[in-house]
Amino acid sequence: MKNEGKSAQRPDNTAFTQQRLPAWQPILSAGIVIPGFLIIGLAFIGIGIGLFLTSQTIQVQEMDYTGVEKDSPCFRCTIPSNLNCTCEVTFSLSTLFTGPVFFYYGLSNYYQNFRRYGVSKDYNQLTGDTRYFKSRSPEEDCSPYSYDSNNNPIVPCGAIANSIFNDTFELYQIINGTKKQVPLDGRGISWWTDYNIKYRNPSPVNGSLAKAFDGTVKPINWPRPAYELDLTDPNNNGFLNQDFLVWMRRAALPQFRKLYRRITDGDYAAGLPAGNYSLTVHYNYPVLSFDGRKKVVFSNVSWMGGKNNFLGLAYLVVGSLCVVMSVVMLVVYAKFKFSDDDDA
Amino acid sequence: MLRRRLNRLCGGDEERVDSRTIYVGHRPCPDTEAFIPSKFCDNRIVSSKYTVWNFLPKNLFEQFRRIANFYFLIIFLVQVIVDTPTSPVTSGLPLFFVITVTAIKQGYEDWLRHKADKEVNKYPVTVLEDGRSVKKESEKIKVGDVVEVVEDETFPCDLILLQSSREDGTCFVTTASLDGESNHKTHYTVPDIEKDLQTLTSAIECEQPQPDLYKFVGRMHIYKLEQEPVVRSLGPENLLLKGATLKNTKKIYGVSVYTGMETKMALNYQGKSQKRSAVEKSINAFLLVYLSILISKAVVCTTLKYVWQSKEGQDEPWYNQKTQKEKDTNMYLKMFTDFLSFMVLFNFIIPVSMYVTVEMQKFLGSFFITWDKDFFDPEIQEGALVNTSDLNEELGQVEYVFTDKTGTLTQNNMEFIECCIDGFQYRYRDTQSEVDGFTVTDGPVNKLQQKAGWEKEELFLRALCLCHTVQVKEAGSEVLVDQVDGIDGLLSQPEEERGFIASSPDEIALVKGAMKYGFTFLGLESKSMKIKNRQNDIEEYKLLHVLNFDPVRRRMSVIVQTKSGETLLFCKGADSSIFPRVRPEEVDRIRMHVERNATEGYRTLCVAYKQLSAEEYAMADTGLREARLALQDREEKLMAMYNQVEMGMSLIGATAVEDRLQEEAAETMEALQGAGMKVWVLTGDKMETAKSTCYACRLFQRGTELLELTVRTLEDEKLNSDQKLHELLQEYHNKAVKDAPPVKAGVTRSWSTANQDYGFIIDGATLSLLMNPPHDADASQYKSLFLQICQNCTAVLCCRMAPLQKAQIVKMVKNSQGSPITLSIGDGANDVSMILEAHVGIGIKGKEGRQAVRNSDYAIPKLKHLKKLLLAHGHLYYVRIAHLVQYFFYKNLCFILPQFLYQFFCGYSQQPLYDAAYLTMYNICFTSMPILAYSLLEQHISIEILLHNAALYREIANNAMLRWRPFLYWTVLGIFQGLMFFFGVRFLFSNPALQDNGQVFGNWSYGTIVFTVLVFTVTLKLALDTRHWTWINHFVIWGSLAFYVFFSFFWGGIIWPFLKQQRLYFVFANVLSSVSAWLVIIILILLSLLPEILLVVLRKPRGHHSQQKKQSQSNVGGNQSSQSSARPLLMRTFSDESNSVM
Repeated sequence: MKNEGKSAQRPDNTAFTQQRLPAWQPILSAGIVIPGFLIIGLAFIGIGIGLFLTSQTIQVQEMDYTGVEKDSPCFRCTIPSNLNCTCEVTFSLSTLFTGPVFFYYGLSNYYQNFRRYGVSKDYNQLTGDTRYFKSRSPEEDCSPYSYDSNNNPIVPCGAIANSIFNDTFELYQIINGTKKQVPLDGRGISWWTDYNIKYRNPSPVNGSLAKAFDGTVKPINWPRPAYELDLTDPNNNGFLNQDFLVWMRRAALPQFRKLYRRITDGDYAAGLPAGNYSLTVHYNYPVLSFDGRKKVVFSNVSWMGGKNNFLGLAYLVVGSLCVVMSVVMLVVYAKFKFSDDDDA
Repeated sequence: MLRRRLNRLCGGDEERVDSRTIYVGHRPCPDTEAFIPSKFCDNRIVSSKYTVWNFLPKNLFEQFRRIANFYFLIIFLVQVIVDTPTSPVTSGLPLFFVITVTAIKQGYEDWLRHKADKEVNKYPVTVLEDGRSVKKESEKIKVGDVVEVVEDETFPCDLILLQSSREDGTCFVTTASLDGESNHKTHYTVPDIEKDLQTLTSAIECEQPQPDLYKFVGRMHIYKLEQEPVVRSLGPENLLLKGATLKNTKKIYGVSVYTGMETKMALNYQGKSQKRSAVEKSINAFLLVYLSILISKAVVCTTLKYVWQSKEGQDEPWYNQKTQKEKDTNMYLKMFTDFLSFMVLFNFIIPVSMYVTVEMQKFLGSFFITWDKDFFDPEIQEGALVNTSDLNEELGQVEYVFTDKTGTLTQNNMEFIECCIDGFQYRYRDTQSEVDGFTVTDGPVNKLQQKAGWEKEELFLRALCLCHTVQVKEAGSEVLVDQVDGIDGLLSQPEEERGFIASSPDEIALVKGAMKYGFTFLGLESKSMKIKNRQNDIEEYKLLHVLNFDPVRRRMSVIVQTKSGETLLFCKGADSSIFPRVRPEEVDRIRMHVERNATEGYRTLCVAYKQLSAEEYAMADTGLREARLALQDREEKLMAMYNQVEMGMSLIGATAVEDRLQEEAAETMEALQGAGMKVWVLTGDKMETAKSTCYACRLFQRGTELLELTVRTLEDEKLNSDQKLHELLQEYHNKAVKDAPPVKAGVTRSWSTANQDYGFIIDGATLSLLMNPPHDADASQYKSLFLQICQNCTAVLCCRMAPLQKAQIVKMVKNSQGSPITLSIGDGANDVSMILEAHVGIGIKGKEGRQAVRNSDYAIPKLKHLKKLLLAHGHLYYVRIAHLVQYFFYKNLCFILPQFLYQFFCGYSQQPLYDAAYLTMYNICFTSMPILAYSLLEQHISIEILLHNAALYREIANNAMLRWRPFLYWTVLGIFQGLMFFFGVRFLFSNPALQDNGQVFGNWSYGTIVFTVLVFTVTLKLALDTRHWTWINHFVIWGSLAFYVFFSFFWGGIIWPFLKQQRLYFVFANVLSSVSAWLVIIILILLSLLPEILLVVLRKPRGHHSQQKKQSQSNVGGNQSSQSSARPLLMRTFSDESNSVM
């Protein structure tokens, strides 16, 4: 009915109303597609080779230290009653491990991507808003990690903060039987935006960060409250602790690794020289209850990040697929072209 | 709905009474014992649906009755009630948007209705009260009020005409707004009414309100002082309908009989039943598939969750303990809420936006039909009209076309060609300057140049001049051209100074034909007809009775009295209805002419007369009067009386009137057949006439073998008609179905075919015999035989059809096996039933009024426009919407599949893979515009090629793009791509250190990479499918991608106030800073599209090749057709009889 008014007069003779807009009609003719596929294929093969070779140059030293086997060095630490247990994992490098070397810890069968686990935090707390230290914005998000048994508010609340990875490591190079500590750099392991913008500490009361946390208690599993997370560096405390921030960025998959330290300083700026090394593990983090595994990974990175053969292989496969297909198409096209000629 | 309201307004108790009594001017009548002012409803018209306070609940209720809306409401409520992974906003916002927009639209429409109602209800009218004229608002009129109406005003309610300012007691009205017929109709005052309405005491008895515009029976008792009350019959000719307009009459008075919602106009105001397209049915079927996918996904996840949790330590690891409340919850309740949560998580697989997009596509798409300048007809200054946009795509699916003949295949522009008087043929020639312009072209059988007797000629011409209901246009009017339904005949020559008004163009043609031969009809004044004869003398006849035309009798008569006192009856009508009523020996001389004329495609009428003796007339007169006064069964009684009077006449001659073929009728029919459609002609016309029209339209061709199933073929044998029918059906069935070589589906006619073409002819009487055979058991067998024969015929002609039979045939085909899509096209009121019955109804803005147009789904000015409407518009709409639907399901499948797969990696915890903003925006912003633009602009084959090559239409026949195979293809594609997206990124994330600074990516980075690949892939997939890139396509496709990138930066670039979580903060930027992420995005997009590209390339050479071939082929056909179509109808000289099997 509405259209009646329009039809009363002569319809507009425009390209749009007459469906005659100038249009490009792409025809994927063989003349374009076959060379196109060939070029894409070759380019992909090129990229693939580059990726693969790059990935091959990345050195990785990976060690499981969960201590499941009886003869493994950390087995004795798996006994729950054994508190403050320390164990030592040794390894040797035959060549120079070029730096900068990145030191990761890895967990398996650990579901940081549980939905309930993921929402179990209070973002307002973590921006340093002390109003949310005593109350929570959605009350139920943090529970059951919201209040301790005495009903004191926990800051930072929630499951993620509570379950922070608390194994610590010290790395020693063994030179002629003596241990030389390798300096580990804990700065710059979290996202720059997390450290500088997204998370904020509460403003210190009378110059003391601890005072800002007055009336709150530490998460149950934490040895020390948030404002004392790093006793060596006062700028690495509160919510702006690099390890805390790394932990708070939830892993995508149940098997993941997170950056622990970088080896960039002193004698080891160029990398870990060949030799024997010993890793002292302060074993605190229980994973066997849910059949989890813990490991440490030393790796260097390239322009494509850590070692990952998948991408290079994928490019190689797709690239050669394209080349093969261009050949197949050439055959098919030739056949059709001939039959075309027959018709004519 | 209206009925119900009506009952409420008027009280249900009235229903029981068959008639109502109205006292004119509310004056009690002498012989009624008690004056009980009965209650009738007031004159208020209510067409609006809502009021201010019931709008919200009622509108919401109606909207949520739609299954889709209800489903989304449920999802929304689940999100509100249960602790679900996504916030209620993600589904609430789109739903709210859709509901609000619809509510605003419906509210606006209702507001317009309110406004219109108010305008009508507050319209000032003049009511006669106690001798004074009182101005009143229209809604205050009560039944029994005497209302005054002046020229060009519309009647405020249904009135009985009491007095007219015209001397002869008539008035003219047009009912343009009721049935669309803009011709002037004459209505009569009730005879014997006193001039002074104030003293008029009378009561009207009439039937209860009923919606038929053309039926009314009533009786008026007029009481005069000291006299016996007079009783006068009332018929539709006395009733002025609300909504009609008074014309050519200064002023009338009438008494209101039906008011408000009881007027015939209000009773006719009923919404057309909703037609649903086949595509919609496909959508619903796919929806069910997706719903079951959704449910099975949720069931799988729920089951696996509990299986997985049963493993030691998995259910509640120490780092993620449950709250006390969760621990206390019943296990089965938990399972149920988990199930609901999964449903919510995956509910995006059925998107709200699909409905919005489909609606928008249909609404906006229909504008292209209205805008098409090829549909613009300069003659009527109008283009095409779209009454419903729901059926656009159905135009591309038509398998059966049912067409009317008169006015559709032919122009309904009648021209008097020749006549035959007493067996001699007369053909008028302009070139010859004979005094009387009356020449003999060829004689009867003996071929002598002979003329019929002078008397016979004159008698015949007088009959033509008298036997009609034509009116002469008033001398006062400036335009003196003949007027049929408001369309000025442009062909009228200036020397024909007389303008005629008639309800049928045949009548004008006949009167004008008589005029050419010297007899001019001057007009009808106070029951006397004046004609000017050849000697320029004025003859006067008193018009005694008009025995109206009706399609059942197929004839009309007048009874006139000459000056000399002779009473004559003139009758004209179809040969079949006249021949049995005249002396048989007269028939033979004329039958030959009639039949020859009919085979030449002319409309023939026979003219007969009879002289009535005084006694005969007296008998007829009383009989007719009595029948007219009857309150019950008036129609039947009148019919019987008519039949009685029209007996024993003598035949004087026959006329032939040419009805020209519509422009390009033959090409259009040929194109439709070429497109694989079966064309059936359904007409009320004679078989011979219709058959020749079919030949002219090339529906039947020289080689077509005609299978005839008519009264004529049935009566030939000794067997009774039923047995004969059975025999013939079997015979035809053997011939057309069994013996015919198996025809490949979809191929109906090829150019050099060895197959025999069959045409089938059936007439109305045989059809009703076939539909209702004496033995009920045969009915289904006959029907199936009939249908099978028809399906193997290239064209079917059904002649002598009553309007209802037309609808019956359409219904039968519609419900036959495979439920083919039917299209009806017609221009007249008699086609309305079949237009409403067919899947798609097309009205032609022809000469027979606007009723067909009003009831149609689409209206076009000319038949030739049907070709473009179906072959180009229909084809494109179908392809567009089919692609739209498939694409929508596909893109949501590969949207949700990764989210489903992610559940296997997150402990079935309903963790969403994508951020809420992405979940919400995916269908609304990122991927909606390109597909909408595609579905409006795509022309995978250009319009010219579609029009040239009708066979392309067959490629999409039978809902080809929405069958299960293509659906399966799209679904497999969606699954393949979803798997690619998820596992490609999954393998990349086996080492989440993807940046060159060694930092790792988290779960939101994972989701964002998958989502980016997804958006690019589905958009580029559409780009691959787009064959017609206008600037709009470029704009929306590249614009959408750019918008996605821009939005992601923006969304992640700001710490959003009022947001609980900032989980996407800088995620997108961080992803893009990683080379690996770039590389994986690129390769996944390419890999996902690779099969599609391959398919396009491998299919292309063949498709392209065949297209070229088809094009060249169609060019040959095109030339051929343009040549032959130039030949007029009469060139068909070969005898079609020889081709008939009988």
